[in-house]
Amino acid sequence: MQIVSKVREPLVTGGKTYKDITEDVCRPVEGNPSMGWFAGMGLSLVLLLAGGAFLGEMLWSGIGRWGLNKTVQWAWDITNFVWWVGIGHAGTLISAVLLLFRQKWRTSINRAAEAMTIFAVICAAIWPVVHMGRPWIGGIWALPLPNTYGSLWVNFNSPLLWDVFAISTYFSVSLVFWFIGLIPDFATIRDRAIKPIPRLIYGALSMGFNGSAKTWMHYEAVSLILAGLSTPLVLSVHTIVSMDFATSVIPGWHTTIFPPYFVAGAIFSGFAMVLTLMLVTRKLYKLEDYITMEHIEMMSLVVTITGSVVGIAYITEFVIAWYSGVEYEQYAFVNRMTGQYWWAYWSMMGCNVISPQVFYFKKLRTSIPFIFFISIVVNIGMWFERFVIIVTSLHRDFLPSSWVYFSPTIYDVMCYVFTFGLFFTLFLAFAKYFPVVNMAEVKSVLKSSDTKVYQSRRTISNEVVPEADRVPVDL
Amino acid sequence: MEKNTNYLVGVFGDEDIMIKAVKALRKKGVNIYEVFTPYPVHFLEDALGYKRSWMPKAAFGFGALGTTCAILLQSWIMGFEWPMIIGGKGFIAIPDFVPITFELTVLFSAFGMAGSFFVSQDLKPHKVPQIFDRRQSDDKHIMAIDLANNKLSEEEIKALLSESGAEEVNNKSFTEKEKKGNFFDYVADLFTNGVTDSARELKG
Repeated sequence: MQIVSKVREPLVTGGKTYKDITEDVCRPVEGNPSMGWFAGMGLSLVLLLAGGAFLGEMLWSGIGRWGLNKTVQWAWDITNFVWWVGIGHAGTLISAVLLLFRQKWRTSINRAAEAMTIFAVICAAIWPVVHMGRPWIGGIWALPLPNTYGSLWVNFNSPLLWDVFAISTYFSVSLVFWFIGLIPDFATIRDRAIKPIPRLIYGALSMGFNGSAKTWMHYEAVSLILAGLSTPLVLSVHTIVSMDFATSVIPGWHTTIFPPYFVAGAIFSGFAMVLTLMLVTRKLYKLEDYITMEHIEMMSLVVTITGSVVGIAYITEFVIAWYSGVEYEQYAFVNRMTGQYWWAYWSMMGCNVISPQVFYFKKLRTSIPFIFFISIVVNIGMWFERFVIIVTSLHRDFLPSSWVYFSPTIYDVMCYVFTFGLFFTLFLAFAKYFPVVNMAEVKSVLKSSDTKVYQSRRTISNEVVPEADRVPVDL
Repeated sequence: MEKNTNYLVGVFGDEDIMIKAVKALRKKGVNIYEVFTPYPVHFLEDALGYKRSWMPKAAFGFGALGTTCAILLQSWIMGFEWPMIIGGKGFIAIPDFVPITFELTVLFSAFGMAGSFFVSQDLKPHKVPQIFDRRQSDDKHIMAIDLANNKLSEEEIKALLSESGAEEVNNKSFTEKEKKGNFFDYVADLFTNGVTDSARELKG
C-alpha cells in the first residue's frame, strides 16, 4: 500500500499521463535541436577550441607556461581540479543518497545530475594529468604497474596515489550507475524509432532490454546496491582529495577538519551547478511540469544548509588555529583574511556564507532569475575557496626570502576555459541525444505524486475509499 | 516447416489491476510466461512468485574479492616486492592501505554485480529483444501467456484476462528464429523491410 500525503505538492504537475511523460522526454531526442541548443553548442565549441589551442601549445612547450614558481608550485591547476571534482558530487548525491533515503523528488533531476557528474569528473581529471608535464608517460606511472624508469612501483602510502584510485573508481562506478539507469529509457526510444539507424543505435545502447518483471526485479536490486556503494564513495572521494592537503605539514593545509569540510563544500557547489543547468534545461526543453518549483526550492534549501556548514567550517579553522598555539598556523589564517589575497578571502566569504542565506525567504527561493544568479555566485565562491586554501597557504613560506605573489598567465586562464568548453559541449550533446529526465523512474512515482492519477486510483480500489469520496477522473 | 510459439497477450493500463490479474490468473492455474512493464512495479515479483534477487550476494562476493586483492597487492608490493621506508612508516602500513582497499572493494563490487546483472539477464548490445507489444516500454503493462504451456484452452484464458481487467487481448507468435533473436537477420530485416507500423502508431 502506498501512503500519499495530502499536504505535499505533486512531484509531476500538469495532470500528466504515462504517455505524456514518454512524449515530453523523447521529443528533444527525436526532433531537431532548437536554435538555443545550436547557440549554446556553438559557444561551447568556441571555448573548447580556443582553450584547446592554448592547452596544446602548453603541452608542447611545458607547464612553465603557467604562472607557477618555486614557492607556489600548485595554483590554478589543483584549484580547478578540486573545484571540478566538487561539482561532480551532487550528481551521485542526488542519485544515490536521495534514493537510499527514498526521496522521490530526485527522480526528475537525477539523470541530468549524473551526467553532470561524469562530465565534471572528466574535466577534473584533465588537471592532474596535464600537471604531470608529460602526460603520455605520466599517466602510466600513476597506475600500479611495474616500470623500468627508476622506482619500481607506485607509492601506496601517498595520498596522491589514493586520489588516482578514488577518482578513477568514482568515475567508473558513476558511469556504470548512470548507464544502467539509462537502459530502460533507451529501450523506450528504440521502440519508438521509425528509422533503422536510430533503432540500431538505441537498440545497442539498450542492450536488448524489454522490461520483463524478472529483469526489473534484478535491476532494482542493482540500482539500490549501486546507490549504497556510491554513497560512501562520494564521501570517500572528496575526503581523499582533502587528504592531499591534510596529510602535509604546510600551515593552513594540515587540518583535520578538511575531510568533512571538503565534502560539504562539494555538495554545496555541486547543487549550485545542478541548479544552474536545470534552470536552463527545464526552460529550453519545456520541462516545467517535471522539474517543478518544489524541486527548485528543495535544491535551494540544500544550498543554504551546505553553505552554512561550510561557513561553520571556516570559523572552526580559525578557532583551531588559535587553540593550537602554533604561530605559523595562526599567521596563515590571519594572513588569509588580511594579507595580499584578502580580496579572494572576502569574495569567498561573501559568495559562500552570506549569499545562500537569502533562501530563507520563500519569495527569493521561488524566484527563478534570482536562484540562477545565486547558483552562479556560489560556484564562483567555491572556486575562490579552493584558491584561498591553496595559494594563500603556499605564497607565504617558512622562509620570508621565498615569499611571492602568484599571478596567473593567459595559459592558466585558457586551460580553465578549455574545461568549461569541454563540460558544456558534453552536456549539450547529452541533452540532445539522451533522455534528460529518467522516464521509467518518473513514471514509477506518478501515481503517488499526481493528484489526478491518484484520484483515479482511489476510484479503482473501492474497498479503501467510501463511495462519497470517490472522484471519477477520465484519464 | 518452422514451428511457431503462440502467446496470448493481455494489455493492462493500470499496475494495480494488472497485479490483481496476475494473482487471479495464477490462482486459476494459468502459467504466465512473463509480464512486461514500462517501469518497475513493486510487489509484481511477489505476485508472480519470483524468488528474491541474488544481486546483493553477488555484490558482497565481488566486494570481498576486491578487499582481498587490494590488501594482498599492496602488502606484496610494499612489503616484499620492493620494500622501501617512506616517511618512517612500516613496510606493511595497514592504515595507509585503507583508502585504496576501500576503493577497490567498491570497484570490484560495482563492476562484478553489474556484470552479473548483464550476463544473467542476457543483456548485450547485439541482443534482439522479444517485443510482445511496443507499448510495453511506453504506457501499458503486458502479460504474455504461452498457450502450449497451459492446460486451459485459449478461450478460457482470454475470458479470464478480460474478466480481470485487460483492456485488450491479442495473439502474438514468434518463429523459432525470432525467439532466438539472430542479430544479423534482424539488421537485414530492418534495412529491407523498414520498421514495423507499430512503432509509427506508438508515436501517434
